[in-house]
Parts: sequence; C-alpha cells; structure tokens
Amino acid sequence: MTSNSRTILICSGKGGVGKTTLTANLGIALAQRGSSTVVLDADFGLRNLDLLLGLENRIVYTAQEVLAETCRLDQALVKHKQVPNLALLPAGNPRMLEWLKPEDMQAIASMLEKRFDYVLIDCPAGIEDGFKNAVAAAREAIVITTPEVSAVRDADRVIGLLNTHGVNPVQLVLNRVRPKMMANQEMLAVDDVTDILALPLLGLVLEDEQVIVSTNRGEPLTLNGTKSPAAKAYSNIAGRLQGEDIPLLDPSKERSGLRATVRRLMQTKIF
Amino acid sequence: MTLRDLVDKLLRRQPASASTARDRLQLVLAHDRSDLSPELLDQMRREIFEVVAKYVDIDLEEGDVSLETEDRVTALVANLPFRRPVASTSPKSD
Repeated sequence: MTSNSRTILICSGKGGVGKTTLTANLGIALAQRGSSTVVLDADFGLRNLDLLLGLENRIVYTAQEVLAETCRLDQALVKHKQVPNLALLPAGNPRMLEWLKPEDMQAIASMLEKRFDYVLIDCPAGIEDGFKNAVAAAREAIVITTPEVSAVRDADRVIGLLNTHGVNPVQLVLNRVRPKMMANQEMLAVDDVTDILALPLLGLVLEDEQVIVSTNRGEPLTLNGTKSPAAKAYSNIAGRLQGEDIPLLDPSKERSGLRATVRRLMQTKIF
Repeated sequence: MTLRDLVDKLLRRQPASASTARDRLQLVLAHDRSDLSPELLDQMRREIFEVVAKYVDIDLEEGDVSLETEDRVTALVANLPFRRPVASTSPKSD
C-alpha cells in the first residue's frame, strides 16, 4: 500500500532540545492529515516517546520480540486511541541494553515501511551506538536544535555524520525561539543558525509553555488543534513534509509597535 | 555589522551576546569540522613557516595560519606578510 513510504530520523546530538516532543507532535499531525504513521522509539535505554503520547501503560511487546519472532508486528504496535492512524513501536526494552545492531534497526524499519506512509524514528541523544543504530535505518532526517551555542555545535556534528551515512535530504527545525530575545540580539538569529548549519529550514517553533502542560498530560499539543503557537508550528511542519507550501514564521513580525520597529531597525546590517 | 553593533561600539557598551555566540561558534566549528587538535595545528603552522621562510623573508611575528569556516566549508587560511621582497627568485641553498 505504501510504496513511497518515508523513513525520517529525528535527531539533534544534544539531549533536551525537543526531539521526542517533535516526534510525538509530528506523528499526531501527520496521522490527522491522513498519512498512516508509526513513531519508532530508537532510544530503548531511556525511552520517553510512550510517555509523551500517553501510551506508557499500553506497551506489551517491543520490536525486539518481533525480530525474535515471539510476537507478530501488529501485536507490538500500540495504536493511539484518538488517532487510529498513528502507532507507536518501542525498539526495545530498557532491561536489555545491548542487543540492538544497525542491521536490526534496518530490519525493523523495512517491516514498518511496508505498512506505513511515514516512519518517524526518535533518535537517542549523543553520537554513539544508539545514534549509529538509528541512522542505519534512516533515509532522510530532521535535525532539531535550539538557538544556543552548545545545541548548534552538537547539531553540526550530527549533520556531518548524516552526510557520511548518505542520509538525504536533511532539514532543520529550530526550536524554542524567543522573538523578544532575538529582537534584542541576545539570541542567535534564525539566519545565523541556518547559515552556520547550511540546512534548509523546515520549521520554526516558538518557546511555548503549553508544551510542558501537554507533556504533563501525555497529550501532544497537536492532538487538540492548533491553538497554541507551538501546536501551529508542528502542524505546519507536517504540512510542509507532505508537500504543502506553508510560509515560515518570521519571529520579528511576532512583535509589533514602535519598540519592535526600533529593534528591527537596529538589526539592519550597515556594512 | 549591524546598527546596534555600531551604537554599542560608540557607547563602549558590551556587544549583544548573539554576535559573540556567532563568532565563538564559527571558531569552534572550524576546529570540530577539521578534526585537527591544537597541537597538530601548531606543528603544521611551524612547518608552513619553515617552508615559506626558505623562499621568502616573512615576518613570523605578524604571520598567522588558522582555520576559517563558511557555509560548511572549512579552509586553512595563511596570512604571512613579507618582511621585504627577495631579490633572487631561486630558493636559498642550505
């Protein structure tokens, strides 16, 4: 059914920049927009995708049992009740720390590609074994970073490794953008980050307290429409992935009035 | 340079941190991307100086060999000012 299935790795290098939140929200948004989607938690040592999706109590099997043929794939897939088009598959069990190999991830991904339009792989932080396993299964990638020096530096390392592995295309999501700080030039500008990393920008997500609220509840923001700024951003990213032409948000337009105009003027390059 | 940078300079204020972040990142990424340790870079710098000094009289105090990066391309940039032009074009014999 899905001959042109897309397997997308969501990675960042640095931990805590929003990989898992993006995976969960993008999974919901893609599924709501009619694409059958599976989210694969490749971080089996410290898995969290189940928690963000509110599916933590429904996991019985993992990809590990599917590969060992102790269960069927549909027994291991956890369907989301409100969004039946979306399923979660944990790669492994936190108690089994050293069984996965790159070939195993490739085998899991090719099983999933036969059944889903989108396979989103939530990559573990770091660039060690967990990353190497996940990247082996990836065809394209989304690198997520925040406008902070450490996150951008780590993203740069990851982009280098993705290039080495022949992953293409690689697109960028800039997370936790604070328009006020950017206007005051106390935060790296969007152009600074895209220039340094030399990647096309797939989306821009504003800092949004609602993300924490939604995590508390285990209900990703996109589940309840696009009321908050972050939910809108995630939904736009899903639309762009599906080929829709949605203009990117301009952080400087998020603020209006005389002060914002003066701030914009001060950012003008003079030489 | 932006208008804000200029105003900061005129008022001798500390520049906004975003430009500091950008500069620091560009430097650290040039090194990350090249996989060259500071010791190796220093050794290479000395050897480049030695080779160039065989042919022309360069000002070692003013000379600099460093890594620069732009658009994911890292380059080794050498800036070696001559002390004075050399009369002969043939290399000096040892």
